[in-house]
Amino acid sequence: MKAPRRAHPRERSSSGLDVARIRKDFPILERTIRGKPLVYINNAATTQKPRAVIDAVSRYYAHYNSNVHRGLDELTEQATEAFETARAKAQSFIGAADEREVVFVRGTTEAINLVAQSFVRPRMREGDEILITEMEHHSNIVPWQLVCEQTGARLRVLPFDERGELVLEQLDQLLTPRTRFLALAHVSNALGTVNPVGQIVDAARAAGVPVLVDGAQAAPHLRVDVRELGCDFYAFSGHKTYGPTGIGVLYGRAELLDAMPPYHGGGEMIRSVTFERTTYHDIPYKFEAGTPNTAGAIGLGAAIDYLAGIDAAALQAHEEEVLAYATEKVSEVPGVRVTGTAKEKVSIVSFVMEGVHAHDVGTILDREGVAARAGHHCAQPVMQHFGVPATTRASFGLYNTRQEVDRLIEGLHRVHEIFG
Amino acid sequence: MSDLRDLYQELILDHTKRPRNFGQLATANRKAEGFNPLCGDRVTVHLELDGDTVREIHFEGSGCAISTASASLMTEAIKGLRVEDARALFEQVHKLVTGASGPNGGGPSLGKLVVLAGVRDYPIRVKCASLPWHTLCAALSGGDETVTTE
Ligand SMILES: Cc1ncc(COP(=O)(O)O)c(C=O)c1O
Repeated sequence: MKAPRRAHPRERSSSGLDVARIRKDFPILERTIRGKPLVYINNAATTQKPRAVIDAVSRYYAHYNSNVHRGLDELTEQATEAFETARAKAQSFIGAADEREVVFVRGTTEAINLVAQSFVRPRMREGDEILITEMEHHSNIVPWQLVCEQTGARLRVLPFDERGELVLEQLDQLLTPRTRFLALAHVSNALGTVNPVGQIVDAARAAGVPVLVDGAQAAPHLRVDVRELGCDFYAFSGHKTYGPTGIGVLYGRAELLDAMPPYHGGGEMIRSVTFERTTYHDIPYKFEAGTPNTAGAIGLGAAIDYLAGIDAAALQAHEEEVLAYATEKVSEVPGVRVTGTAKEKVSIVSFVMEGVHAHDVGTILDREGVAARAGHHCAQPVMQHFGVPATTRASFGLYNTRQEVDRLIEGLHRVHEIFG
Repeated sequence: MSDLRDLYQELILDHTKRPRNFGQLATANRKAEGFNPLCGDRVTVHLELDGDTVREIHFEGSGCAISTASASLMTEAIKGLRVEDARALFEQVHKLVTGASGPNGGGPSLGKLVVLAGVRDYPIRVKCASLPWHTLCAALSGGDETVTTE
């Protein structure tokens, strides 16, 4: 196998990011929780929204709310234009060749289900195989299990090692003549691992296997270029990328989308309907049945613009610095074990405290104003790998600081005080 | 500072670190499992019913401090009770942890169990305290399926 291709992080730099200015852009960061300034380090669950996004959404509702693509009036025209402009922004955000390759969906979950039912399911025969990895989010496991139930196909799983890195030596052997599809996370939400997607896609392509990449945790941290990655499908969620909830993107190569049957039926996705015969609209509209989340798409466009206005190299350097600092400080707390220590990581630190359940850690942190996540992170197989029911996860975004890491550490000391 | 201590009182921490009546029960003739899918807490309650009386009660499982302490305290309180009294105690504990029994909640019959009142201020933790009790009820009823909090 070839040497791992770098997973397209934004370029490194030691230049400083003006975090104080960035924090002012996020209204929620001004609030307190139980009398203490909010420390929001649950960004892998959902990110906070900059004012630019909140304003774009409310401007839409206040000034040009209308149903897109369905009228000849001025409002409809403005709404439609803003909606399609957002599509173009999403296209350039992930480096897609063509706007038609950008399908608006509710989020990563819907994107994966769409591909599972419209692309993969019709291609499967009994005994065929779908390959995923051991570190997938439930939303990149269950849709494939459904396809397996529906078709008699088999799910195969590429494991990860103790550091949380995929065991690439097993890839060739798991890509069998029966493998029809490969789906994997670009970045693991439970471990923070950045997977060598380019290298894995190369191997899959050599075996003639199409690939879906779950980019839910990559889009907020890494520069994504779907053509460089070479994948067939790519999915991400607006709400994890500083945009609104209820909107996400499925990228698919045009020739594949063209050949796929629709996922949902309804308005918007048709060209003409009679009771005898319905012809479908072109891509991407074929996959966008019903009135879309117009406000969400416009808000996502605003989030993409917001990120584009931040120096990418400085942002990457900042997130790496916070990650390194948090990893060091968390590891120093007595009885703490960090789960997920891959060489390539985004700013996610998942850990367990000896003798204390993650939910008790979570409750105590919450009382200290620290919003982290305690649980299985919708990745129960990852928990099983480490033999724990749950972990505490600190996941950092562009507005987090070293001082906030210190607040987390104080909270962990408080856990020790209470549990002795 | 003080409010966290209301939740994690010494008695709770003691039962978490040294759960009573923990493990299987050779003489058990009833058993039920409880599961909280939200957080992954699991508890199994083993009962030895002698006619109408709970002769022995053990529990097993893995969970947070609150659910472990609640289960441990429950086994102490339930042992030796008649089935109908055990059910009545369940009702009282349920009112206590959900806050339905008023600020001082519960009355004298609850005894040590009043320490569980601390969860009222932590709505998402109420299920941690009540899971073992729901599981107890399932075991008393003789149902064999897993009870869940959802
Ligand atoms: C890696 C990964 N994939 C998929 C999802 C699902 O995203 P959504 O809930 O926005 O559909 C998540 C969200 O937690 C995730 O972290």
